[in-house]
This record gives sequence, structure tokens and C-alpha cells, in this order.
Amino acid sequence: MSLSVALSHQFPGFTLEVNFTAPPGLTALFGKSGSGKTSVINAVAGLLHPDQGRITADNTTLLDTRAAINLPPHRRRLGYVFQDARLFPHLTVRQNLAYGRWFAGKTRNLKNGGPNFDDIIDLLGLNALLNRRPTALSGGEKSRVAIGRALLSNPALLLMDEPFAALDETRKAELLPYIEALRDQTQIPILYVSHALAEVARLATTIVVLDQGRTLRAGPATDLLADPDLAPSLGIRDAGAVLTATITAQNPDGLTQLHTHGGPIWLPKIAAAPGTKLRIRIAAQDVILSRQRPEGLSALNILQATITEIRLSDNGALIQLGLGPEHLLARITRRSAEALALSPGQTVFAIVKSVAAAQTDVGTR
Amino acid sequence: MPDWFTPADWFTPDEWRAVALSLRVSVWATLLSLPLGIYTAHLLARRDFWGKHILNGLVHLPLILPPVVTGYLLLLAFGRKGFIGQYLDQWFGLVLAFKWTGAVLAAAVMAFPLMVRAIRLAFEAVDPKLEQAAGTLGASPLWIFLTVTLPLILPGIIAGAVLAFAKAMGEFGATITFVSNIPGQTQTLPSAIYTFLQVPGGDSQAFRLVLISIAVAMLALILSEFLSRAVARRIKGT
Repeated sequence: MSLSVALSHQFPGFTLEVNFTAPPGLTALFGKSGSGKTSVINAVAGLLHPDQGRITADNTTLLDTRAAINLPPHRRRLGYVFQDARLFPHLTVRQNLAYGRWFAGKTRNLKNGGPNFDDIIDLLGLNALLNRRPTALSGGEKSRVAIGRALLSNPALLLMDEPFAALDETRKAELLPYIEALRDQTQIPILYVSHALAEVARLATTIVVLDQGRTLRAGPATDLLADPDLAPSLGIRDAGAVLTATITAQNPDGLTQLHTHGGPIWLPKIAAAPGTKLRIRIAAQDVILSRQRPEGLSALNILQATITEIRLSDNGALIQLGLGPEHLLARITRRSAEALALSPGQTVFAIVKSVAAAQTDVGTR
Repeated sequence: MPDWFTPADWFTPDEWRAVALSLRVSVWATLLSLPLGIYTAHLLARRDFWGKHILNGLVHLPLILPPVVTGYLLLLAFGRKGFIGQYLDQWFGLVLAFKWTGAVLAAAVMAFPLMVRAIRLAFEAVDPKLEQAAGTLGASPLWIFLTVTLPLILPGIIAGAVLAFAKAMGEFGATITFVSNIPGQTQTLPSAIYTFLQVPGGDSQAFRLVLISIAVAMLALILSEFLSRAVARRIKGT
């Protein structure tokens, strides 16, 4: 299933003009605060009626202002995980979870009975919470219940508006694997609003970049994250490409060996079997470039790559490196770029100082 | 009535007639005006429409007008020759003036502003975001109202109903103007007290009724406090 969105809306002092297609997988709506992300997701949910627009999910037209079609939210068959959870305070967790499911049974055509209640409870670890009230839950628990409630309404599309914005890093780290599991184990497309690039880089298969109410770029996550032209909009400090890596061996010294298109790398132990595919993110500023294969260096992870693009700015340089079909970004000073006389087509060695790995079977789509 | 409670042991027949009539009038006035009260509170709290201020004014008018004026207006409208009353009589055989049913109408009209205010406050306290969330989960507007809004405003509805009941128990001016003061027909508790006070030596009987009024009012208030606390606890889940 894929979702296509084209809409324009005039707010007082702000124009929203957005156009993108979200293929299956997780599509991240990325942008700064006030770029219009939540308005877009609200329009998809039917909570905002745009001046003009057309929103279709496969063969279902959710909105078409020209044809005067505007399905009310309860007929759109979507699950919306709000930033503030919005659990019903007068119902227990179990009743909250059952709420959407009950209406799914009434109005939404449940094929094979829809998602299995126990599966969702297990997936989100909700068993111990079922008889509690929302007021007795922590922020992370509320988020998990909200996700479960949305899933159990058997949505054809899942909308998530910064579901973890209110959580600290530890909680977030606990919950991200659940989202990854959703993306990989269910067939429901996810539209995910976020302003945290690290989160987007870890989760997204497709990225839509919004800037002041407009679609700046939309495309596969790996392409956009490795695009040096886009890096300034994403935030130059956070810029970094995503590579796929396959675990090849668990070494006795506690390191896990992985294969990438640029050669082997070693990471602190990752508890997964050889053959597992990982998605690893390498920040552009954590890459050092060398014209020769470095010798006598403590760094373990050195990838051989070919320079594909160079973007110079006032004092910095963004270098895009090709590793087979994938790309890596390196951010170095302009002085270094000139001193090394870097130019496209050259073979260089990228010394990688730090790697973030998502410890689930991700990035396989 | 439980076995131990025999009105004859406690009240004289006249007193009991007045107490029972007041209770009957107040219960009916409260129950019958509740749906309209909820609907009006919803309109005032949630909707924007032309004439909202006028509706708001009309609802609150009985609170400000002298009760005798409200009673007289009711008589003009719902009297046997009134512009509404004559049709009620012709079409449904329903006569309100000088009947206990008229006392119900008078009490309901007088209590209506208090009921609407309490329920309106409850509506305004419900987060519309919760209702939006229910919509995205597949609930139609009617189901949203029944499963989310209504349970959340229940404490307000109870508070409004109890206030209306208490007001109806005490209603005097509009009632005596509209339906007069006929023992056993339209003589409510306050009317009975008034009657006794007009008769030389009726003070002691009036005083008994005063005590009964106080007891009923206290009971109603304590009950409402208990109910709204219980419901609030259930809703907040604490």
C-alpha cells in the first residue's frame, strides 16, 4: 500500500504546500518545529481540512477537495499515535486497547479477525499494565499503550506524531526497537513525524523533508541521508549516511565483525547471529579521510571508498564517498580538502571513529 | 418504601401530601429536563451558531427574573387559553395550569439555568483531543459522545441534576403563580409552609415543615457530594 498526499492550506501567516508519495515501509516527515509536519499528518487523519488537496491511500480517496470528497476521521481506517498519547482516562489499559478494536469490528472490515490482541500485547510488552489506569502509567508506558491501541484498530495506515518526544533517551532507546519491529513485521505503512535526525536515520525507509511548509525533498532514506546538498537542511552537525552491514562473525575478543561494501568493520559486541543484517549510521563528522591506507593507527574501522562528490562551503567540505552501491558522507575542513587535493574519482580511505548500529534486522527492504 | 418507614408515623397526612408532592415534582422536573439540559450545555460549550448569545440569555433568564414574572409568563404560554397550552389541550388533552404537571414545568424552568451551567462547565473541561483520538480509532461522532464525552462529563451531569433537584424542591414563586396552591394537587412544601404561616397558630406546623425542608436539602447535598466524588474517582482512575 502506498499513500499519496498533495495539499495546500493557508494558515494565518503560514502557507502549507506539500506533495509526496509514501511507499510501504516507514516514511519520516522530517523538519524543524513549525515546518508543518503535524499539519500534514492531521490532514491525512482528517483532523485538518485543507483548502485544497487530494490524499489517496491505494484505491481509497480520503480527501479530494475538487470532487468534494472528505472522509471523516472514523472512516479513514488509520491509526494515529499522538505526541501526547491521548489515552482515555476513564478506561483501563485493557479497555483503551479494546476501544479501537471494537470499532474495527463494527465498521472496519476485519480480515482474519484483524491483528491478534495477544500478539500486540507481547510485541509492546503490555501484559503487566492491562488492569491499570492511564494516570498510573509512566510516559513510556503511555506511548506503548497508545501504539497498541492504534494498531488494534486494524489500521491500513499508521500515523505517528513524535511519539517519543516526551521521553528521555533511555526510554526512547527501549521503544525504538518496537517501531522497528512494527516496520519490519507488519505490512502497515507508517507515516512518522520527527525532528530528530538520528531517529529518522535509524527508522526511515523513505524521508520527506519539509521546510517552512513546503516539501524540500522526498525519496529513499539512504539516498537523502548521503546527499551532500541536503546535509545543510538536515543539520550539518547531525549529517551522516546509513549503510547496511551483515554480521560475519563474533570474535573471541568481544568484538562483532561485520561486512560492508567498503570492507570489514568491527563493533562492540552485538548479540545477533551471523548473517543478520544491520543498519549502521556513520556521522559525517566522525569520518577522517586518508589518501593512503593508514598504517600504525589504533582505529579499527577503515573503509576503502571512491569520492563521488565534493561540496565546498565557506570553511568546510562535505565529501560523498561511494562504497559499491552505497554512499558515505565525510565532513572535513576546506583546508584539509585542498591540502589532500581531493577530487571526484579518487580512491580514499575513510577512518571511522564511531558507528551507531540498530540492533535489529533492519534496513532490509 | 422500606418497612420501618411509614409516613403516618412521621407526618400528618397534610404534611406528607406536601412532602410527597414536592419530591414527585422535583424528581420529574429533574429527569425530564436532563436530556434538554445536556443538549443545551453541549450547544453552549461546543458549538458556534447565530443567536448563541440569545439562547444563553434565554436559558439564564429565570435565574434573574422575579419568579412571579416567570410564573406569569408560563401561565400566558401554557395556560388553558395560552398560545401553547391551548394546543397541548386540544391535541394531547394535556392541561398544565393548576395541575401538578404544571408544577413540574415551573420547577424545571426555574432549575434549568443551574443544571445547564454545571453541565456546561463539565463539557468545557473535556479535552477535545480525546474526542479526536476516538474518531481516529473508528468511532463516529455519536459513539464518541456516548463512549468518551458522556462518561467524562458524568460528574458534571450529576452535579447539575442535584442542583436542579434542590432548586425544584425550593421553588415557590413561579409555582404558586402558575399552578396556585391547591392541597394535594399543587401544594408543594414551600407553598404549604406559606399557607401555614398565613393561618393564626400555624407557626408550629410551619416549623415542622421547615425542619423537613432542611433535612431533605442536606440529604440531597450529601448524596450529591458522595456521588460526584465516587464518579470522579472512577473517571480519574485514582
